[in-house]
Amino acid sequence: MKILVCISKSPDTTSKIAFTDNNTQFATAGVQWIINPYDEWYALVRAIELKEKDSAVVLHLVTVAGADTEPVIRKALALGGDEAIRVNADSQDSFYIASQIAEIARQGGYDLVFTGKETIDYNGSSVGGMVAELLSFPYVALATHFELNGTTATITREIEGGEEVCEVSTPVVVSCQKGMAEARIPNMRGIMAARTKPLKVMEPVAADSLTSIVNFELPPAKAGVKLIPADNPGELVRLLHEEAKVI
Amino acid sequence: MSVLIFIDQSEGYIKKASVEALCYGSTLAKQLGMHAEGIVLGSLQDDLPALGQYGVEKIHHVSDPALDHPDAQVFTNVIAQAVQATGAKIIVFSNNADGKTIAPPLSAHLKAALVTGAVALPELANGFVVKKSVFSGKAFANIALNTEIKIITLNANSFPATVLGDATAEIIPFKATIDATKVKIISTNKVKGEVVLSEAEVVVSGGRGLKGPENWGMIEELAKLLGAATACSRPVADAHWRPHHEHVGQTGLAIAPNLYIAIGISGAIQHLAGVNRSKTIVVINKDPEAPFFKAADYGIVGDAFEVLPKIIEEVKKLKA
Ligand SMILES: Cc1cc2nc3c(=O)[nH]c(=O)nc-3n(C[C@H](O)[C@H](O)[C@H](O)COP(=O)(O)OP(=O)(O)OC[C@H]3O[C@@H](n4cnc5c(N)ncnc54)[C@H](O)[C@@H]3O)c2cc1C
Ligand SMILES: Nc1ncnc2c1ncn2[C@@H]1O[C@H](COP(=O)(O)O)[C@@H](O)[C@H]1O
Repeated sequence: MKILVCISKSPDTTSKIAFTDNNTQFATAGVQWIINPYDEWYALVRAIELKEKDSAVVLHLVTVAGADTEPVIRKALALGGDEAIRVNADSQDSFYIASQIAEIARQGGYDLVFTGKETIDYNGSSVGGMVAELLSFPYVALATHFELNGTTATITREIEGGEEVCEVSTPVVVSCQKGMAEARIPNMRGIMAARTKPLKVMEPVAADSLTSIVNFELPPAKAGVKLIPADNPGELVRLLHEEAKVI
Repeated sequence: MSVLIFIDQSEGYIKKASVEALCYGSTLAKQLGMHAEGIVLGSLQDDLPALGQYGVEKIHHVSDPALDHPDAQVFTNVIAQAVQATGAKIIVFSNNADGKTIAPPLSAHLKAALVTGAVALPELANGFVVKKSVFSGKAFANIALNTEIKIITLNANSFPATVLGDATAEIIPFKATIDATKVKIISTNKVKGEVVLSEAEVVVSGGRGLKGPENWGMIEELAKLLGAATACSRPVADAHWRPHHEHVGQTGLAIAPNLYIAIGISGAIQHLAGVNRSKTIVVINKDPEAPFFKAADYGIVGDAFEVLPKIIEEVKKLKA
C-alpha cells in the first residue's frame, strides 16, 4: 500500500491578513507559516496511523511550492512519513498544482492520495477533485472517517444535510476533514529523524494555469457594536426585528 | 450559448442553495445575452417547471435513480455530456458539499477554469473576473477565469434568492450515458427534523462559557423559537458537549446566515473565520473585553444564564 499525502503551507491562523503591491500580493512579512491544518491534523495524521497499523505501508508527502516551503515540509516529516517530494513551482492555480500532483502520483503508483478539505488561505476545495479526475480515480470528498481493509476503503463522507458511509476499492483520492484523526504534536525523536529523511526536489511538468489572481480586497470594516444593557433584552429583540430585520 | 446551472437535490427536493444558484446563473445569462438552463440528476419529488420563476428557461433532467447519490466521476461525465449538448459556456454550482465534490473534477475534465466560493456576479469589463472569499472569510480575491468554458461555485447567502418572473421552465428529459459507479453507498444518515446548519438563515451558537452540555436547553429553545440551527465553538465539540457537525470556524463549517447569535464564545480568530460572513452578529458574553464584540453588530455584556432566559421570553412575546 503506497500513500501520498498532499501538503500545502498556509499562514498561521492568527496572522494579520494584509496585501502589498497594489493589493496583488499577500503581505508575508512577519507571517509564521504552518502546515495547512486540514493536511496536517486530518490527512497526514490518519495516513500515519495507517502506517503504524501496517508497517508495509509506504507513506510519501508531496508539496508543489518554492524552496521556502522546506521547513514546513520538514515539520510534516517530523510527524511521520518516509520521504517528501517537493515539486519546484510557485503557481497558485489549482489546476496547475493538481497537474503536478497527478504526475507524481502516476509515476509513484500510489494507491491512496489524501488531500486536505481545503487550504485555509485560498479556500479552493479544488485540488483533490482535480487530481482524481486527472488520474481517473474515484474521488471521495469531505471524509470524516477512513478505514482500510486490504484494498477496500470504508469512508464516511459529509453530504448535504448529513453523512454517508461508502465503500471503494483503491486507488482512490480522498479529501480529509475533521473527524479523520486527532491532532498530534511532533516529538524530539520525530524532529531528529525528519532531518535525515529524503526530501526530493523535482522540476514541474508542463501544465496550464486556468485562472489568475487579479487582486485582493479586505471586507469593509464593521460599523461597531451596538451595546444593549443586560437588563433590557427586549431592546435587543426589538432591534433585531425592526432595525436589522433578521427575526 | 448558455449558462448551465446545476440544481442540487436531496431526497428529491430542491435545496435553497440551488435557488440562489439559479437566480445567480439566470441573472448572469441575461447580462451576457445567453440562455439560462438547468440540469438536475436523479429521482425528483419537487415541481421542476415552477423553477422557471427563478429565470431558468429549460431544465435538463436525467431521472435515473442511479444518480440519487452524488458521485464525482459519474456526475462529471453526465454533466460534461450536458455541457456539450447545450453548448454551455458557464456552469454554476452551489459551493456546498455537492458542488465541492463535482465542480473540481468537472473543471479538470473540461479543462475549464474554476472559481469556488464566489460572492458576486462576475466583472466583465476586463475579461471575466469573479470575486471569491479567501483567507477563510477574512478577505476576497478577484480571480480571472482564462478559458472559454468557466465554472463558478456560489457561496451560500451571497446572492438573493428572489422570484424573477412568472414563466414556467420547460423540462427536457436528458439521455446520458451513465457509467457504473466505483463508490458503493453503504448507508446514508440525514439529520432529520433539524434545520441544516449550512443552509440556516439564523444560527444560535454556544461556547465554553455555557459550562457544560446540560445547559444547552436554552440554546435549543431559542433556536426552536427562531427556526434556527444550533452551532458551537471547537472546544465544545472536542469535549463532546455537542456533535462534531455543529462545530463552526476555521477547521469546522464556514457559515453565512442572516443572523448569528454567539453565546459564551470568546471570538477567537479561528472561530470568527467560520462566521464572519454572517450578515448580523449578536454577541452575549460576560467579559466586555471579549474579542467577539469587535466583530459584532449587537452585543450584551452579561451572564448568559441570566440574559438568555429573558431573551427567550421576549422572543416568545414577539412571536405571540
Ligand atoms: C489552528 C487552530 C484552528 C482552530 N479552529 C477553530 C474553529 O474552527 N472553531 C473554533 O471555535 N475554534 C477554533 N480554534 C480554537 C480557538 O482558538 C479558541 O480556542 C476557541 O474558539 C475558544 O472557544 P470558546 O470561545 O467556546 O471558549 P473560551 O475561549 O474559553 O471562551 C469562553 C467565553 O465565554 C465567556 N463566558 C464565560 N462564562 C460566561 C457566562 N456565564 N455568560 C456569558 N459568557 C460567559 C467568557 O468570557 C469567554 O469569552 C482553533 C485553534 C487553532 C490553533
Ligand atoms: N501547492 C500544493 N502542494 C501540495 N498540495 C496542495 C497544494 N495546494 C493544495 N494542496 C492540497 O489540496 C488540498 C485542497 O487545496 P485547495 O484546493 O487549494 O483548497 C489541500 O488541503 C492540500 O492537501
